[in-house]
Amino acid sequence: MVENGIGASVRRKEDKRFLIGKGNYTDDINVAAQTHAYFVRSPHAHATINSIDTGEAMASTGVVAVLTGDDLAADGIGPLICGVTVTSDDGEPHRAPAHPALAQGKVNYVGDHVAIVIAETLAQARDAAEKVDIDYGVLPAVTDTGSAADEGQQQIHEVAPNNMCFNWPFGEKDAVEAAFASAHKISTLDLVNNRMVTNPMEPRAALGEYNEGTEEITLHLTTQNPHVHRLVLSAFNNLAPEHKLRVVGPDVGGGFGAKIFVYAEELVVGWACRKVKRPVKWTSDRTEAFLSDAHGRDHVATAEMAMDENGKFLAMRVMTQANLGAYLSTFATMVPSYLYAFLLAGQYTTPLIYSEVKAVFTNTAPVDACRGAGRPEATYLVERLVDVAAADMGLDPAEIRRRNFIPVDAFPYQTPVVQCYDSGDYEAALDKAMAMADYDSFSARADEARTRGKRRGIGLSSYVEACGIAPSAAVGQLGAGVGLWESAQVRFNPTGNVQVFTGAHSHGQGHETTFAQLVTEQLGVPFENIEVIHGDTAKTQFGMGTYGSRSLAVGGVAIAKACEKLIAKGKKIAAHALEAAEGDIEFADGNFSVAGTDKAMNIAEVAFTAYVPHSYPEGLEPGFDENAFFDPLNFSFPAGTHICEVEVDPETGVVEIVKYTAVDDFGKLVNPMIVEGQVHGGIVHGVGQALLEGCRYDSEGQLITASYMDYAMPRADNVPSFDVDYAPTNPPHNPLGVKGCGEAGAIGAPPAVINAISNALGIKHIDMPATPENVWRAAQTAALG
Amino acid sequence: MYEFSYHKSASVDGAVEAMNKAEDGKFVAGGQTMLPTMKHRLAAPSDIIDLGGIAELVGITVEGDSINIGAMTTHAAVAASGDVQTMIPMLAKLAGNIGDPAVRNRGTIGGSIANNDPAADYPAAVLALGATVKTNKREIAGDDFFTGMFETALADDELITSVSFPKPTAAAYMKFENPASRYAIVGVCVAKTDDGIRVAVTGATPCVHRGKQLEEALKGEFSSAACVGVDVPEDQMNADIHASAEYRAHLVKVMTKRAVDACT
Amino acid sequence: MPAVAMNVNGNAVSGEVEPRTLLVQFLRESLRLTGTHVGCDTSQCGACVVHVNGKSVKSCTMLAVMADGCDVTTIEGLATDGSMHPMQQAFMDNHGLQCGFCTPGMVMTALDIVNRNGNDLNEATVRKELEGNICRCTGYHNIVKSVKAGAKAMGE
Repeated sequence: MVENGIGASVRRKEDKRFLIGKGNYTDDINVAAQTHAYFVRSPHAHATINSIDTGEAMASTGVVAVLTGDDLAADGIGPLICGVTVTSDDGEPHRAPAHPALAQGKVNYVGDHVAIVIAETLAQARDAAEKVDIDYGVLPAVTDTGSAADEGQQQIHEVAPNNMCFNWPFGEKDAVEAAFASAHKISTLDLVNNRMVTNPMEPRAALGEYNEGTEEITLHLTTQNPHVHRLVLSAFNNLAPEHKLRVVGPDVGGGFGAKIFVYAEELVVGWACRKVKRPVKWTSDRTEAFLSDAHGRDHVATAEMAMDENGKFLAMRVMTQANLGAYLSTFATMVPSYLYAFLLAGQYTTPLIYSEVKAVFTNTAPVDACRGAGRPEATYLVERLVDVAAADMGLDPAEIRRRNFIPVDAFPYQTPVVQCYDSGDYEAALDKAMAMADYDSFSARADEARTRGKRRGIGLSSYVEACGIAPSAAVGQLGAGVGLWESAQVRFNPTGNVQVFTGAHSHGQGHETTFAQLVTEQLGVPFENIEVIHGDTAKTQFGMGTYGSRSLAVGGVAIAKACEKLIAKGKKIAAHALEAAEGDIEFADGNFSVAGTDKAMNIAEVAFTAYVPHSYPEGLEPGFDENAFFDPLNFSFPAGTHICEVEVDPETGVVEIVKYTAVDDFGKLVNPMIVEGQVHGGIVHGVGQALLEGCRYDSEGQLITASYMDYAMPRADNVPSFDVDYAPTNPPHNPLGVKGCGEAGAIGAPPAVINAISNALGIKHIDMPATPENVWRAAQTAALG
Repeated sequence: MYEFSYHKSASVDGAVEAMNKAEDGKFVAGGQTMLPTMKHRLAAPSDIIDLGGIAELVGITVEGDSINIGAMTTHAAVAASGDVQTMIPMLAKLAGNIGDPAVRNRGTIGGSIANNDPAADYPAAVLALGATVKTNKREIAGDDFFTGMFETALADDELITSVSFPKPTAAAYMKFENPASRYAIVGVCVAKTDDGIRVAVTGATPCVHRGKQLEEALKGEFSSAACVGVDVPEDQMNADIHASAEYRAHLVKVMTKRAVDACT
Repeated sequence: MPAVAMNVNGNAVSGEVEPRTLLVQFLRESLRLTGTHVGCDTSQCGACVVHVNGKSVKSCTMLAVMADGCDVTTIEGLATDGSMHPMQQAFMDNHGLQCGFCTPGMVMTALDIVNRNGNDLNEATVRKELEGNICRCTGYHNIVKSVKAGAKAMGE
């Protein structure tokens, strides 16, 4: 194995700067003459704006400007867009209400942006913001997902009758109905997928600078995808031409989806810095983050499974109502549709699936991707329904899964819902997880717990997810406005060290380390001589950024392809220098050698020769610097089984996770240490959803959970340490043999936890978050309390 | 935060004088509740009078069968005090579970009691142990100190100087934490004192209160079983997204039972 | 505006601040010590933890003027002569960080844990003591490992 190459748990290159306080997050950046912005936000969930008087605010100490939607409209900036089209059952595209970056005549959720106040200091901006006098005409609010489209509901947008964004049926309805009609047993489950606030620990921020000389705007943003931001801000929001807009995503403190989207504040800051001819800085506080970051999940659904007498799944039917919030965020429509319904087969051979998704508008913050995006919702529904089905059939949850698993020899496997799974061995992961979790001796532990007045439960979750979102042609057919490839440039410097430019963006994933491992493995350049550069549209080639666990599976392959080009070119240079035929040059461990001889030159020497081509192959370009783009043939389909064991105190409803086992298939692991860290984080995100996190609005549209005082984030004492292992398979279409790992935990964990609680209490179902009170009530109903 | 004037005095008298001169002044002790409130612009004092420089308000002394804790003594100091751990271990444990370690290094007993947050821990100990709150003007019995939600018997220019806790025969505090804020959804402090059995309940209602019916039941028989039949009226309970009134009422009983068990 | 003077990471510093300036703002904006972060406004996330007179505090919940005359240590003050403090090294060795945003607060809290609980820490103690520090990336598993390993290394 190459030192620090593929498979090594190399310590991370990025860690030192974070550990000594030298990270460079957006809010850490300060520039000369910078001003500070504060946004005036709507205190009402639904209201017309009769008038805005900015006079007193303008006169306030230190104020530079107060700008409103009228100013924005006058300059032709915006509106914000949604980049994915879903066709509704009437054949029309989804309903897309105008989404101005500063409100124009109406506000539609608490936190909706009304004006920006720019002042010398943040405190002055905030003082002045209170003096912006707005006359609102308050309207009734719609907040409840399930009833938002009911007759007689308050209408939010004229273009969206009944508050419907789309009604999207998918699958063979008649065939599914026929299968249900002749089924031996039908299991049914109503459930809610609770709304989450994504909560990366670094709040969003933007710093805009305008250079009057070059007429260029530079925007430092908390972004997961700087080029996507630049593209959307240029092509759709009219901020500036692409070549006159530089977007930098410096160190970014976590994303989990929330920093994919183009937000109003980002566009407004970019525009305002040109308007006031001063740099403008805005940093969200946590309350603003709760109000205005895109939220996640928020479904109500009914799921039904038809089975034969052996518990074999014959057909599944799913009716879902999904809350998209007040406006469409950048990728909102894709989440409850393609990223959801196409995963409803799970790990099973269910031959017929019918799904209907009604997406609705409400007077709440926009809803978009949050770690997993659609796939946690699908997995939770499938894996909960499978447990209900097991109970209905009198089968062990493991047994019903085994009976329905897609067998290992059936891959690639075409599901009835579009996706063709690449590779998997679901039974192997289940077996391994059950052994690690000591599943077979669970009943003894449950008996022992009973003697202490506690109830133990164990829950399985056998998930599959689709990540490394691709290929471009497929997502294009579905209505995406972007391609989903990735880019790389691998550049040797004359002295032999390497700069790797990736279109992916790291905000915790450790790309600077993992990608350097790929290069050291392939090119034999020492790990410490490789630097990975990302996140700046002025430095890197166009790239799609990081989300959907795509960076290694897509971006890593682009790097490998650029390395292949360097090796091919290096062979020509070495052949010339070593006076051999190109076909006789071999490359291994960083050295080009002439086959069968001891004549060789190191790749660093080759690089030097390429930049100082005094003696050089005729017709060959100088330089040692190659780029590559990779558009994969398919998604990547990580899968696995997670097992959660809980102990419930029926007297209080408190749930303790006593053991958690995860066995995942991520294909080949490049850095096992980093992969395991991704699994841990994902699991706790999922445990958070299952036990703690629930975003709540009241009926008037006020956000009740607007801070960590009321929104329960998982903390160190909420969870145990985890037992993590792997059951890898080789995805044939991925040249590196890798799958994505960033979302698996968040997808696998929620059903494992809820299945365990249901098992502990002997109940059919409990909705998330399974708070102490909810669990206590369930225990009362089950007569355990 | 809104603008304010800042004053720091080295003496109680100096602090009171600054308060009397202020238009709408506020004493600030550790600031662990006050500053977040001000950051959210939910409070707009004209003047902040910082008590952090008054050395005489800091310290723990044993006075016979009582422990006297200076108002500006931090939760961390109370939790770590050998004297407190020996004489009233419940109190050390309670202090060691307020907020988190960093909050405990700034937050003070005087600040907590003067603020009288309905979900704070210390008020339960003050009531259950029958402590005496000493101020720059007088001594106030614990039973008379907490008058309503965020309200106390303190006058505007009155400062807590110390709190004196008599040593109980036995005492235990059981807190059921809000999963988000980690404040008490319900906290119950049970104490066997010279004054009899005292039960104080925090978190459950708008203001900390004595659980008189629970006390009655426990006087008959000091056992967790004695609490089972006690009626804890739901209609007086707080209700929020974390716990309904019904659940809180249930938790009052459960936490009382567990505190009783921990006393015996 | 009131003047403040304090000792930060061994250096005497001073400045004029509005009374409403938080300690974290003074550190980040006046001293440009941006390693200390702000992740919430309710004193819960712990990204802003620094040591004041040797004890961990949330610098978002302390006024700069309250730290007048104090010794303040921030994440920037731990490494000596270019080599990381054993606790910092333990976080690197045990992959106790991902995005790095909560990390300075975690490390400063970890040191406070060791100061009060010694070098031989058990998992339950570490988890309880980390109550005031929120991380969204790591799931805490490797932070707990890091704190235990760092505590041990500090005793060696």
